[in-house]
Amino acid sequence: MTFASLVHADESETAARQSAARAILAPESEQATIVQDMAANPSPVLGPIFEAWQRSQVYIYEAPDGARIPFLLMPADGSAAKAMRIDNGEPLVGPDGAPITVDETVMKPVETFAKLRRAMRSTMDLLALADPAPATRQSAILKLGMKQSPEALPILNARLAKEQDKAVKNGILDSIALINLASPDPQLQIDALNQLKKSNSIPSRELVAKMAADESLSPKVRAAAVSTLKAIDNHLFWVDFFGTMFRGVSLGSVLLVVALGLAITFGLMGVINMAHGEIMVVGGYATYLVQCIFGSGVALAPFGISVNLPGFGFDPNSGIYQSYFLFALPVAFLSAAAVGVLLERGVIQFLYRRPLESLLATWGVSLVMQQLFRLIFGPANAPVYSPAWLLGSFSVGDVIMNYNRVFVIIFAVAIVVGTSLLLAKTPVGLLIRAVMQDRTTAACMGVRTRKVNTLTFAFGSGLAGLAGAFLSQIGNIGPSTGQTYIVDSFMVVVVGGIGNLIGTVISALGIGTVDQILQTSLRNPVIGKVLVLVGIILFLQWKPSGLFATKGRGLEN
Amino acid sequence: MKQEVSKKEVLIGAIVALFLIAVIPGLNAFTPAGSSLHVSDFNINLWGQYLCLAIVAVSIDMLWGYTGLLSLGQMLFFSLGGYALGMHLMLMIGKLGQYKSDLPDFMVFLGYTKLPAHWEPFAHFWFSALAVLWVPGVVAFIFGYLAFRSRIRGVYFSILTQALTYAACLLFFRNELTLGGNNGFTDFKTLLGFDLGAPGTQRGLYIASAVALVLVYALCRWLTLTKFGKVQRAIRDSENRVLFSGYAAANFKLFVFVLAGMIAGLAGALYVPQVGIINPSQMEPAKSLEAIVWVAVGGRASLIGPIIGAIGVNGLKSWASQAFPAYWPIFLGAMFVVVVLFMPRGVVGLPAQIQEAWRRHKRAKEAAAEAAATATQVPKDSQS
Repeated sequence: MTFASLVHADESETAARQSAARAILAPESEQATIVQDMAANPSPVLGPIFEAWQRSQVYIYEAPDGARIPFLLMPADGSAAKAMRIDNGEPLVGPDGAPITVDETVMKPVETFAKLRRAMRSTMDLLALADPAPATRQSAILKLGMKQSPEALPILNARLAKEQDKAVKNGILDSIALINLASPDPQLQIDALNQLKKSNSIPSRELVAKMAADESLSPKVRAAAVSTLKAIDNHLFWVDFFGTMFRGVSLGSVLLVVALGLAITFGLMGVINMAHGEIMVVGGYATYLVQCIFGSGVALAPFGISVNLPGFGFDPNSGIYQSYFLFALPVAFLSAAAVGVLLERGVIQFLYRRPLESLLATWGVSLVMQQLFRLIFGPANAPVYSPAWLLGSFSVGDVIMNYNRVFVIIFAVAIVVGTSLLLAKTPVGLLIRAVMQDRTTAACMGVRTRKVNTLTFAFGSGLAGLAGAFLSQIGNIGPSTGQTYIVDSFMVVVVGGIGNLIGTVISALGIGTVDQILQTSLRNPVIGKVLVLVGIILFLQWKPSGLFATKGRGLEN
Repeated sequence: MKQEVSKKEVLIGAIVALFLIAVIPGLNAFTPAGSSLHVSDFNINLWGQYLCLAIVAVSIDMLWGYTGLLSLGQMLFFSLGGYALGMHLMLMIGKLGQYKSDLPDFMVFLGYTKLPAHWEPFAHFWFSALAVLWVPGVVAFIFGYLAFRSRIRGVYFSILTQALTYAACLLFFRNELTLGGNNGFTDFKTLLGFDLGAPGTQRGLYIASAVALVLVYALCRWLTLTKFGKVQRAIRDSENRVLFSGYAAANFKLFVFVLAGMIAGLAGALYVPQVGIINPSQMEPAKSLEAIVWVAVGGRASLIGPIIGAIGVNGLKSWASQAFPAYWPIFLGAMFVVVVLFMPRGVVGLPAQIQEAWRRHKRAKEAAAEAAATATQVPKDSQS
């Protein structure tokens, strides 16, 4: 089977090469026709030949024996370009067996003209129909359908008979329907519209809409067009809706991880940490540094002192470089946690009974940190590249899902579950909850509240660092990135209620999604954001202490 | 019941007021440029700006120092006042703009052919001048009513005011608001027919700022001395006790919040013609926090402290952001941390703080000496 198909491929390749050679040698008036006919015998070798021809790199070698041999110049590195015979793919050699070189001042390339280039393009489009990658076939098929030229029908039908992939098959049916839309036969048009309605084909929307508005069509066809349009619009609405939801949930996940850290520090200590956003950025920069160290290293110039961090110099395409992000996650967590410990020991521990003052002091810290970032990493955003396995996307029913966003959502879920297990099931969690609920009683029971404070603050900061690492994958990391997240994450904590992880989860996802929905539906990111903030203020009228307030009998609760 | 102001305080206040309102501008107007007593036009303008910022600082002190409401959005009200007068100033440019049109330049640029209806009344100075007060007042009233009604307190109140400021800042960056987008208003030419570029006009604006500061100070000082001021401080110290005593604490807070908003609006309106520009970056959340720094550094709950703080910190900023632009934010942040941690009463409270520390130190020493004395006595007692 394999052998047979190889032989077959060889045969069709030779045939394709020979017809290409014939086209090049033919008189100008016939070239376009020959090129067009070549579509019937598709072969992958034709692509490079046509490309070379269009780039004026196809020449004709006049052999001493009078034969005219067309050849193209292979792109070569460094030395002179190598010549390759078009008719058999062998290197072109002279009578003495030495390879032929081209002196471009003497030899003129075979010219192309507009009609020929058009013919080559359409043949290449048809060639793409036989491409081994389904995605390429799919887009070539769609392109053919959108042209609405009936000449493509036999080609599509032939492909339909051969096609194995189900999605591509549906694509061919859609394209045939698209072509039939332009047919003079009303019954064919109606069938086509029904096919498009069945497959909810988004690309056909514009053509269908034109038909629905076209007065010259028969009422039956128009009615079918209107109903198809409705179906497509309905489908489009849901695709948009779920796409927005998806982006909202992924944004909400970053917000959630940031806010989770904040909820823990705020819930435990009543400390409003205005530098939380900057601690998140520490995580982002840690990711950046790990990436650089895996690559070729990085040169920094804090305070005018130049620091060179050497890198391992892994090849950017190698698996180990691609896995840098997995190493970056713990580094981001630990570095942010270390900054958290410094902040707690240095500033916050003096201000436990003065929440307003701790807000102000941490703001001062955030100002210092932002400027330090600017001095160390420069004012521009740090270029963090997603590893290849986080790039790309897949689609579920026309809704495009990016891998990095899916990854962020999965990881956020893991972190929330991990955090709640830590708080609920471990001895450390027990201590944290005890101090959160009643610091004095916990202290009387022998809990070392100072240690628990530091530990918890470090943990909350570490979560912020992880959020920064995620953010580096779906957004930017720069000196003032923290500022754009801090207001949002405070809102999440306030709306969610203090000391309750479920509340934080619900409000983070809610605010993230509502924000995205408003931003896309109003086509105006700012008004969306403003409405969210106004909505939060109004929400607090209804539930002043958030979604899930910790109930207590104390006056100050 | 009412506390009396000592004669000494009135005298000192009057002297300082006279100095600010009359002596400094006098030195600018009537001394020759080379004289050592001369105050340059540049400095008059600069000090005029400082005094406006001092007015904002007083309004923050009324909120934070006396009522315990840490509002992180005072520069929003300041900007609203600035924008209200700025609209008038934009219309006064007339055909002197780049595009020689009756419309403000940015409107021509954005393709407007007619003045939007809500701009029209701002052609009248008195309407603008009143808008400087009522626009911030109304915004403060609506927000304050909602916030205080649902008993949003402490840090929650601070965070919400910050969110409000952030939202407004984002909104003002948009061109759709017809307020100049991120460029805001600039290139002002005249105010009430006076050329804003002339030193005389700037001197006039300086005097207006100084008078406004003195009046605002006097008003706040008077308020804090009345029964109202007592309730205010009681709310700061224990809001629940005030509630149980039968006072509607929310109404008191609302009054102070609106009053502070209007004072800040007035300051903004005086500031804009002196600095010559108003744009949304003025209401970024960080600006409001910076204003809190002035009050914290000067010393809150003293009224005079914030004035000293505003002038001192801004003077330092003018110098340091020229001399060490890269390190100024670090210095500002560090200063704030230090003040919050170690100088809760600010510069004004520093002498008292040192005195207290000294007394405590002395008492500790005496106690130690006493303990040592008794310790030496104990063996004697046990011997006998």
